[in-house]
Amino acid sequence: MITGLGAFARLFGAIVARSSVLWRRPRLTAQQVHFIGNHSLLIIGVSGLFVGFVLGLQGYYTLNRYGSEEALGLLVALSLTRELGPVVTALLFAGRAGTSLTAEIGLMKAGEQISAMEVMAVDPVRRVLAPRFWGGVIAMPVLAAVFSMVGIIGGWFVGVMLIGIDPGAFWSQMQGGVDVIKDVLNGVIKSVVFGVVVTLIALYQGWTAQPTPEGVSRATTRTVVNGALAVLGLDFLLTALMFAN
Amino acid sequence: MTRERTDFWVGLFILLGLIALVFLALRAGNMSSFSFAPTYRVAAHFDNVGGLKVRAPIKSSGVVVGRVAAIGFDNKRFQATVDMDLERQYQFPDDTSASILTSGLLGEQYIGLTPGGDDKSLKDGGEIQFTQSAVVLEDLISKFLYNSAEKQGSAPGSPASNPAAPAASAAGKPPGQGAPAAAVVQPGAAAPAAPHAQ
Repeated sequence: MITGLGAFARLFGAIVARSSVLWRRPRLTAQQVHFIGNHSLLIIGVSGLFVGFVLGLQGYYTLNRYGSEEALGLLVALSLTRELGPVVTALLFAGRAGTSLTAEIGLMKAGEQISAMEVMAVDPVRRVLAPRFWGGVIAMPVLAAVFSMVGIIGGWFVGVMLIGIDPGAFWSQMQGGVDVIKDVLNGVIKSVVFGVVVTLIALYQGWTAQPTPEGVSRATTRTVVNGALAVLGLDFLLTALMFAN
Repeated sequence: MTRERTDFWVGLFILLGLIALVFLALRAGNMSSFSFAPTYRVAAHFDNVGGLKVRAPIKSSGVVVGRVAAIGFDNKRFQATVDMDLERQYQFPDDTSASILTSGLLGEQYIGLTPGGDDKSLKDGGEIQFTQSAVVLEDLISKFLYNSAEKQGSAPGSPASNPAAPAASAAGKPPGQGAPAAAVVQPGAAAPAAPHAQ
């Protein structure tokens, strides 16, 4: 496991060292943002909407016991921007984009495309890994922000439209309690960190997969499991760092 | 997919992300209450700032006129120094008084400014002379017990063994706790402390 960690760190260093592909061949990265980000929008959007619905419902039932239904907006917004937005998006991202990255690179390896690139003196890390890494890092915060926004709208729909909470109280309590720097920005920072970690794990698992069908299948499983564990562990760490008083 | 179409969708994706961030910042967050208005700084000394935090609002007549910039401790006067940023469009007289109030019953604390009658106005770097510290719950309780103990003592009974009295006198009467605390204490004074004495 320690050698795995070392290889992981070395791959991270190698990818970051070749980041000049961002401005020399931006089209590669743009394509990856499209494959990773745009194609995840549907699942992120729908999940965000339903998470918002559920937050609205459950939040209302609990707050109702203490007579504080008007604070529903605040509850939904804080839960989403601080925690659920970055974390749930990262988990879905690991499942959807992470596995597709791992499978793609694992199959490239199995089909000897990586070796062919090396023979042609094309650096495969620069041509294949680096654009996908930066594509993931750019896409993650965008997806997390979309998740949070759609979730808040979902919470508004359930709270104001269905249950009948006063919309003025809903939004004003939210605006009074959600701090742009402490809550929204910290959520964005979390989503960037999660993007780096999940994308890197996905790329690493693909890169070191056994070039066989079972190997690729095991690698995609490891992407999801390791990615999820890393996200949840880092979330605790980051929350302790950011939100301690 | 052609290059232009890919770029278009990626651009739309990034745009959607930016819109989401702006929505979160403005509609969900408190950025619309960020005021970029020019401010001037005024200082005030308090015996006890209670739970006042930096960036707490400063209100006069219930309207936010500024924010707390910094809270420090003056080692010479042994008082807390609060630096306040007041918006330049609001001028306050030199004898304005500042008190630390709580919004709601258990809400956040803020500074309330009550204007005085002086002709001269507070300037940048000025100081508010008249201040009222935050109400500390423990002082309020001991004041309540002391008052009810006094009532017990004045009635025919045994004032000596009253456990409330030593506690109250130890805490003492905090200076500057004005009329509001005493008014709260007086009405309900007698009954609750009765079991101790009898």
